[in-house]
Amino acid sequence: MITHAAHEMASAMQAGEITSVELTQAHLDRISAVDSQVHAFLHVDTEGALSQAKSVDDARARGEKVGPLAGVPLALKDVMVQKGIPTTAGSKILEGWRPPYDATVVSKMKSAGIVILGKTNMDEFAMGSSTENSAYGPTHNPWDLTRIPGGSGGGSSASLAAFQAPLAIGTDTGGSIRQPAAVTGTVGVKPTYGGVSRYGLIAFSSSLDQAGPCARTVLDAALLHEVIAGHDIHDATSIDAPVPQVVQAARSGDVKGMKIGVVKELNGDGYQAGVRSRFEESLELLAKAGAEIVEVSCPNFEYALAAYYLIAPSECSSNLARFDAMRYGIRVGDEDGASAESVMNLTREVGFGREVKRRIILGTYALSSGYFDAYYGSAQKVRTLIMQDFNSAFGKADVLVSPTCPTTAFKIGEKANDPLAMYLNDIATIPVNMAGIGGMSLPCGLAPEDGLPVGFQVMAPAMQDQRMYSVGAALEASLLSQWGAPLLSQIPALAGAK
Amino acid sequence: MSLTYEDVIAKYEPVLGLEVHVELNTHSKMFCGCSTIFGGEPNTQTCPVCLGMPGALPVVNEKAIESSILIGLALNCSIAPFSRFSRKNYFYPDMPKNFQISQYDEPICVNGYLDVEIDTDEGIKKFRVEIERVHMEEDTGKSLHVGGATGRIHGADYSLLDYNRAGIPLVEIVTKIVPGTGKYAPEVAKAYVAELRDILRSLGVSDVRMEQGSLRCDANVSLRLIGAETLGTRSETKNVNSLRSVERAVRGEMIRHAELLNKGERVVQETRHFQEESGLTRSGRSKEQAEDYRYFPEPDLVPVAPDAAWIETLRATLPEQPTLRRKRLQTEWSVPDKEMAAMINADALDIVEATVKLGADPTRARGWWIGESSRFAKEQGITIADLSISPTDVAQIVALVANGELTDKLARQVVEGVIAGEGAPASVIESRGLKVVSDESALMAAIERAIAAQPETAEKIRNGHIPAAGALIGAVMKETKGQADAARVRELLLGHLGQPTT
Amino acid sequence: MSTLSRSDVAHLARLARIDMTDPELDSLASELDVILEAVARVQEVATPDIVPTSHPLPLRNVTRPDVVVPSLSPEAALSGAPASEEQRFRVPQILGEEA
Ligand SMILES: [Mg+2]
Ligand SMILES: [Zn+2]
Repeated sequence: MITHAAHEMASAMQAGEITSVELTQAHLDRISAVDSQVHAFLHVDTEGALSQAKSVDDARARGEKVGPLAGVPLALKDVMVQKGIPTTAGSKILEGWRPPYDATVVSKMKSAGIVILGKTNMDEFAMGSSTENSAYGPTHNPWDLTRIPGGSGGGSSASLAAFQAPLAIGTDTGGSIRQPAAVTGTVGVKPTYGGVSRYGLIAFSSSLDQAGPCARTVLDAALLHEVIAGHDIHDATSIDAPVPQVVQAARSGDVKGMKIGVVKELNGDGYQAGVRSRFEESLELLAKAGAEIVEVSCPNFEYALAAYYLIAPSECSSNLARFDAMRYGIRVGDEDGASAESVMNLTREVGFGREVKRRIILGTYALSSGYFDAYYGSAQKVRTLIMQDFNSAFGKADVLVSPTCPTTAFKIGEKANDPLAMYLNDIATIPVNMAGIGGMSLPCGLAPEDGLPVGFQVMAPAMQDQRMYSVGAALEASLLSQWGAPLLSQIPALAGAK
Repeated sequence: MSLTYEDVIAKYEPVLGLEVHVELNTHSKMFCGCSTIFGGEPNTQTCPVCLGMPGALPVVNEKAIESSILIGLALNCSIAPFSRFSRKNYFYPDMPKNFQISQYDEPICVNGYLDVEIDTDEGIKKFRVEIERVHMEEDTGKSLHVGGATGRIHGADYSLLDYNRAGIPLVEIVTKIVPGTGKYAPEVAKAYVAELRDILRSLGVSDVRMEQGSLRCDANVSLRLIGAETLGTRSETKNVNSLRSVERAVRGEMIRHAELLNKGERVVQETRHFQEESGLTRSGRSKEQAEDYRYFPEPDLVPVAPDAAWIETLRATLPEQPTLRRKRLQTEWSVPDKEMAAMINADALDIVEATVKLGADPTRARGWWIGESSRFAKEQGITIADLSISPTDVAQIVALVANGELTDKLARQVVEGVIAGEGAPASVIESRGLKVVSDESALMAAIERAIAAQPETAEKIRNGHIPAAGALIGAVMKETKGQADAARVRELLLGHLGQPTT
Repeated sequence: MSTLSRSDVAHLARLARIDMTDPELDSLASELDVILEAVARVQEVATPDIVPTSHPLPLRNVTRPDVVVPSLSPEAALSGAPASEEQRFRVPQILGEEA
């Protein structure tokens, strides 16, 4: 059962073929069996998950109406607070912290009966593209344990690919849902900015962060999307409008007459050959399904990466100021006569990893007087240009598409000492965050040269998230009929698994 | 060699700048739903938002925006069609996020003014204080310094933090530089803060209690040689928490600056702390190395862009301006200038007006509040508004005196009883037995007993020696425990002894 | 473009309250140089006529009503505190300005 899609598990529970407790236990067993190799989880809440599962089973037994995903287990990225459950955001500075409140996404999932298995590994404070920046050690890609599972949400994507959970929550600031999905052969969606509440999401870059669903199928992602999306009074940047009809779009998967724009600048030099060929084949499948493929140009996208690496560090330098050893988290150097300031300085030196410090210092510089206009200010102007590019492209096409990443999963350690090379991973995903629009990545095959998954990215205008699901579902269906089985059926078996 | 104030103003011209922080009296905090009630147990009014916990987000209190706009309108400001919150980044343990959400380059109100009047030897003088901006921000938590000698920060072993105050809405009102006040600078500063306080109170947007910190003033002072163009270096004095202190702080800083300048020394641009006991200021942190607050637009909040309709709706609720209201009430109540000043000084205007609205005669109402109540308040070190006597109580007492049920003397005892917490006037009268003895036959019997006890005195009166009546009246009053109307006793006595009663 | 010296980075680290060692400052200075050179590209297209965008949403005036909602219990508020005393957060001595 654990290899099934979430909606299939839900149907089985509805039909009385399996209970949530059994399903949850099966996933907990799988985690025990394989997580020593994958290291997707930072914390497994065995007791909490089983008791949540039991209450769903009880409700069902009483004949109560439960939600479409009730009883289905889920892996939660450790950047989202859950009351009473250790939450670290992958950082040593928060080691041992148990939040006194639930994120809005968590409350929504709890009331929908979704069973939270535990917290997944991630790059510290979501800064990274490989999950190597976790203070708790890297996560390994289940397709090849020597490779990265993407980042920052590598724990979430790996847990899906390793069948430790059928659903996961990710957060995406510059690609942290989509790039991990791409390199693990799973589906990840970054909804329109403001579509899902950020309340309880430990902030990296407030104007870019967005939580979203991770799953193994487009329909599963849509079902989870519907649970977590919607207006929240606790988030002033949350959109007060009906949630787009994503489930309906995912079920029908209709692209007839739809104009699909291929972004010229996000395909070509620097993109791996196998990535390009799988992407081209997917375009043909979409054309066969009735879509019209057009080419669009977004000339300012080449500045997106530079602007991103000013805006995100600037905001994070301020967002992470609260980690100061005064109210929560670890405290270092509190010896006789030490001052609050020296304790702050020492705790932040010891508690933050290298990449986090690098970005804090970069952001501090970009905001400092005398440099503000040249760096932060200019980056905000580039943001305007990128939005203009999207606007004109969406004038010519209903959705835009590109490969999600330039390459398949790279080796752990390969880019650890080259921040710029690492940053290039997000070149195709970042423009979406800059403009606040929606983006999805779904698997479109294995690159012939290395046999690793390739991601196909679909981008839709703000508040038109359903369009991504239409295109995603159509492509997924075409690929499935070509392959005969889901891509993940080709993943090598993990040692120790039953 | 200490300079006199006269020496200072003979040579230098002071330039003022005033920054006032006002805590709004909203029910909930600026960015979260925690209560703002003053004096709660530590950390009982905190939540993930105002504790700056990971993941928590701010949402603006609508009432705080409205209060800020009202303040701007009352201070003749333009209300910005587009304003924004920014983050002011600096680390301090009383600030949970290590940035303050404040307004920076796009405040909600700009370019206003406030006219103040001061009473001088040369008559009333009017000064216009120009307002540069009114902006919204959030307050910090409070620290308690433990160890060390005085509970002060310096020398403390450690500190204890209570975040109940963190996130209370603050409005900061910043003046432009105020030149041209000359020797009146200290009085102008005080009059400005007083007038501002009255306006804020009339708007109902703040408790404006300087002693509780809900209105805090920072006074910036610099001196330049009379006739000079360029401004001198300023100092910024904080901790000024009474109107009197505002005046003392400005005067003190003028003298301190002049002494430095006369010695050829530099005034250091720095923060100074006002010391209530000495009236002097003490050096705080030097601002030589400018802070780099790294302001940037707060990404968790969206802009505040009040439309004309919203502003006009708020404008329509503006109360009468305090200066105009004072003039109107003075005329309506026919109060002499001196008494009016006393009433304003005692902060009694609102409460007297409330009492008059309940039907009391203005002069009588004023008398009770300024006389008795004021005295009790002073004894207890509180304001008359904090006494446990209400305008309703005073109005009742005034009515009882007017219809003869109480004498002034009895009424004083009733006031005392109400203030002592013995209940409403009726129950004080009941429990203390303070009814006027108005039964005339009972009074006559008492008069006859007094005459029988002092026949010689009665004889003197019969012979026309009226002043002797005092002794007999006193005896009657004593017998009736003061509950008789002394004037009526006098009438009855003199009539009884065949003397004219007027 | 400007190159950051060790003392520039030390100043930034002080502003950011991170106590870095000299070797760390040195390696960060050279890394930041490379990154800054790359990100400075934004200046090529950021002409004065372009309006900056600080936020992707065009929302305005999002507020909440002035209503009190229950706070955390003091126990929950202090549950993560490295040290507490008398229902307050206990912090090391604060040097600097009196608030
Ligand atoms: Mg301020
Ligand atoms: Zn709060």
